Amino acid sequence: MYFLKRILWLIPLLLVVSGVCFALLRLTPGSPFDRERRPASPEIERQIAAKYHLDEPVWKQYGRFLRDLLRGDFGPSLKYRNHTVNDLIRQGLPVSMSLGALAFCLALGIGLPVGCYTALRRGRWGDYVGSLYALLMVCVPVFVLAPLLVMFLAVRWHWFPVALWGSVRHAVLPVLALGLFYSGRVARLMREGLLNTMHAEFIKTARAKGLSETAVLLRHGLRPALLPVVSYAGPMLADLLTGSFVVETIFQIPGLGAAFLNGFLNRDYSLVLGLVMLYAVLLVFLNLAVDFIYTLLDPRVKYE
Amino acid sequence: MSEGQGTTPLSPGRRAWRRFRQHRIAVASAWFLLCVIGFAVVYPPLARYGPNELSAAQFAPPSAAHWLGTDVHGRDLLVRLCHGARISLLVGVAGAGVCLVMGVVWGAVAGYWGGRVDSVMMRAVDVLYCVPSIILAIVLMAVLEPVFRRWLDAWHCTKTPALARLGVLFLALGAVSWLTMARVVRGQVLSLRSRAFVDASRVLGASPVWILRRHIVPNVLGVVIVYLTLALPGIVLAESFLSFLGIGVQMPLASWGSLLAEGTEQINPIRIYWWLLVYPGGLLVATLLALNFLGDGLRDAWDIRRDS
Amino acid sequence: MSIAGRATAKRRWGRFLLDLRAHRTARRAWGGAAGMVLVLLLNGCFRAEPPADVVIVNGNEPESLDPQIVTGVSEMRITKALFDGLIRLDPTNAAPMPGLAERWEVSADGKIYTFHLRTNAVWSTGDPITSADVEWSWFRALDPATASDYAGQLFGIRNAENWYNGEVTNRAAVGFRAVDAHTFQVELNVPLAFFLELCAFPTLAVLPRRTIEAHGDRWLHARPLPTSGAFTLEAWRVNDKVRLRRNPRYWDVAHTASEIVDVLPVSSPNTALNLYATGAADIVWDKDLVPAELMDALVGRPDFHNFTYLGTYFYRFNVTEPPLNDARVRRAFALATDKTRLIGKLTRGIGRPASHFVPDGVAHYSSPPGLGYDPEAARAALAAAGFPGGSGFPRLTYTFFAASGGANLHGKIAVELQQMWREVLGVEIELRQIERKVFYASQSKLDYQISTSSWIGDYNDANTFLDLFRGASGNNRTGWKNARYDALVAAANAETDPTRRAGLFRQAETILIAEEVPIVPVYFYLGYNYYDDRKIGGLWPNILDEHPIQFIFKRRSPHPPSASGRPEKRVGRAATRS
Repeated sequence: MYFLKRILWLIPLLLVVSGVCFALLRLTPGSPFDRERRPASPEIERQIAAKYHLDEPVWKQYGRFLRDLLRGDFGPSLKYRNHTVNDLIRQGLPVSMSLGALAFCLALGIGLPVGCYTALRRGRWGDYVGSLYALLMVCVPVFVLAPLLVMFLAVRWHWFPVALWGSVRHAVLPVLALGLFYSGRVARLMREGLLNTMHAEFIKTARAKGLSETAVLLRHGLRPALLPVVSYAGPMLADLLTGSFVVETIFQIPGLGAAFLNGFLNRDYSLVLGLVMLYAVLLVFLNLAVDFIYTLLDPRVKYE
Repeated sequence: MSEGQGTTPLSPGRRAWRRFRQHRIAVASAWFLLCVIGFAVVYPPLARYGPNELSAAQFAPPSAAHWLGTDVHGRDLLVRLCHGARISLLVGVAGAGVCLVMGVVWGAVAGYWGGRVDSVMMRAVDVLYCVPSIILAIVLMAVLEPVFRRWLDAWHCTKTPALARLGVLFLALGAVSWLTMARVVRGQVLSLRSRAFVDASRVLGASPVWILRRHIVPNVLGVVIVYLTLALPGIVLAESFLSFLGIGVQMPLASWGSLLAEGTEQINPIRIYWWLLVYPGGLLVATLLALNFLGDGLRDAWDIRRDS
Repeated sequence: MSIAGRATAKRRWGRFLLDLRAHRTARRAWGGAAGMVLVLLLNGCFRAEPPADVVIVNGNEPESLDPQIVTGVSEMRITKALFDGLIRLDPTNAAPMPGLAERWEVSADGKIYTFHLRTNAVWSTGDPITSADVEWSWFRALDPATASDYAGQLFGIRNAENWYNGEVTNRAAVGFRAVDAHTFQVELNVPLAFFLELCAFPTLAVLPRRTIEAHGDRWLHARPLPTSGAFTLEAWRVNDKVRLRRNPRYWDVAHTASEIVDVLPVSSPNTALNLYATGAADIVWDKDLVPAELMDALVGRPDFHNFTYLGTYFYRFNVTEPPLNDARVRRAFALATDKTRLIGKLTRGIGRPASHFVPDGVAHYSSPPGLGYDPEAARAALAAAGFPGGSGFPRLTYTFFAASGGANLHGKIAVELQQMWREVLGVEIELRQIERKVFYASQSKLDYQISTSSWIGDYNDANTFLDLFRGASGNNRTGWKNARYDALVAAANAETDPTRRAGLFRQAETILIAEEVPIVPVYFYLGYNYYDDRKIGGLWPNILDEHPIQFIFKRRSPHPPSASGRPEKRVGRAATRS
């Protein structure tokens, strides 16, 4: 029942999000067909605007957008004029999703162990090294990390291709560039979660039973300690699955992240709106999944 | 700040300060930040070069004349880094300020009034969470900049483009980072509201504004300060990303982000002017690290658990 | 609910032990999530494709591959490989040569062109290409519903503009028609010296009527897609690649040198360079994809080709705004611009400083001398306008647009210009960097004072440059209007004698760059390509940077000079790409 309600809440949410975005996009100066060279006559400009209904009043355009949305159609892209927004999403989403899913695995695969290790070694050298790693990953901008990875691992040492998409080898560097940042975030959350549980009553009980510190934490503490990571993982996965502008641009990957920002810079209204809708739906469902996993990790959490 | 609580011998603020001083890394970070700020303020007036002083010494490597080398225009990197520090930290602090005001007001009002007001306000936050923040920031900048320019022109300002851009940067970056702050503050206020001393004031006929100012705000202060120090590095990083896109601070002003963007341009297989990458990058990363350590220290001192 | 629930959960989780059942469920949930991820990956888009014969790095992702929609050079390079026009351009010198039209006649007054189409030209699906197809395609370009930016390319034809505007509704009144299946006749308003070049322009290409009528705007996704050019469109994935495959039914298939050609959209100079350096790409051919700071290091390399190119970088004044409405002030700015220093610093001395607007090397034309760098004269001109030493001069802004990744030559030029004007004229200019779309919008609305600009010629004729600053031109964007200039350009456009035509243009350009100065040319573009001559053949440098993909090939065995024990790169690349 609770989950059904959350899904129904999606409808007004999408309506408001699309309305806000629509208004903001139309308020931004510049339009999709402002270009370096104008057509030979003003009549041509008028006709181009008319073809994409940009000459209608804004409320009418929004109505048109909503009507098409009901049919699951985001309309034609204003920049890539032979493609509909649905075409672009169909091409870009699988790429961004596989990249994002791999980066997600990497982030958890590095972040969780590092987080546990640093928590267990609190105050010792292992903690400092691990925590420094986690913080460094959070602090180094991706647009610096990615070119450096390319420079050394691809251009100097020829271990991986410099760019493009098409094989597992092509995916290594972008996944690293994308996943390392999040691995830092995950490690920090994991460490904190575990440290918080260490002071909890039931851990003291377990310790009193004579179990070793590590065994106590791993057997009893891990589950509740995961809660902060889980609640962060939802939005993180939504971010990862819809792609990253920097990584996709530097590695020339045909995903949605680059399409998103370029879509805005090109004033491709329909593409940006479509992608915002997609992101919103994804975010709501992933947050729902987070709540669901909460109930599994901690049975006291009940939603009615 | 927490003197309003002066009934106990050791106020929460003072207790936190005592604990903070024992956190060695956090204290070291604070000193580092102070040094950076101090140097950025003191060095440029003493330097031999101006930040926008072009010269023929293009891409000069670090030397006695130019300690950190020069860029494509022959400008001294050290002076520009100092000016960049001012801008970057200013953007960070001002953005955090915007974030502070919006987040605290929004969260406190929602948490204190509760009921329908609360649910409407929190749904609005949910909606904003659904728009990717960097896109929102860029849209806001694009929408607000012409407005700012018009205001400044009306006041016969001589530096319109640069100031308009800075103002818009503060607003846009603050406006996309207040959401978490609002949620945290609301949660805190919600739990405080039902506490006995608040009820007592209410029974005694205190106005909501008085209660907010007298009881709620001082008690929320710790959380707010901690989240502010955590939001600050995020804002500095966001500014550097906008500079990477070419829509950060207005040229020829420099921020660490714009200097770093110029540096990453130099990463190529043929020839690398390493100083343009290493110094801005090192400084930015070190500062972000220090800010994070500082935030961690403050949080431990106030004993606040991070909320999702 | 969820937030409150979570908060209470967290506050109390310490007092709780999980039971084993929850353990198992949790493990199953995590297993399920991991499984989903794996399935996603297997389903993901790792494809096994045969390697291409030639890989070309081509600049931005094409906005379209519809020849009547495209506006950019990089897109046109692809569409020209897919859809032929009546005329093609010679790969060696970019001169017009027979395309679908085998031969043609021009009437004595230069207004009527009669084209004779090849009888052996067919679509890639096997249907013959007839002059009716040409007629339909040209009418499509003139159909407002097509929304072609370049519909204006046809406006030199009799009644074409009127038809577009709806003032003429009788098809027969428009000046082009299919006389019979293989004869096509065009009647112009006035003789156009460059009309044959125009016929090679993508807007005038021949398109498959039935496919377009059946599929609308998405017609390029139709399979099989009938093409009239040397290649068929095998795949087009946005931001990934365009894959071209040899069209076996093309009439000139004997000269199609490669079977599969991949065209990659890359917008970052460093990525392009890295792809080339590691052998993942064979050719980089966009002038914007060359890192300016590396120019001096690149220019000495044998695989780096540069050549004169039909493009000019300049800046515009908004002449409606005082004090820029005073030609003396504009001349002062022009005279204070040290173009040689600019090039020396920003492109490491590689480039051609410009003192006039029409680039050197344009056919049948040579420009008059313009204003050079002369600080004394600049100061004198400013003083004459009432601002001696820059005193009392208002703070103006110089507007330019932002580029991502810091690869921002416009910004660097702005910084240098600001310094020059400060030094020479004593005036202070504010820089204003804005997004590209905002920039073009404000330029059109004259919401600027001085702004960066550039222009690339559409065809090899002075008219494609000088037409720009006619008072009525939509691309004027300076607010500058000069009756004498308009009259001279109009007269030159109608003139058939090349010498007299050049003379008229020269007079017009003198007004533009030496007297009135609504614009100041800064430098002429150079064309840059990199490819290794020993491995790649079929490209010739020419002023239009015109390199038909049809003729490009990879040498099977390297030429003798390079055979000195160098392994063939192709093997390595094939290995990394498979």
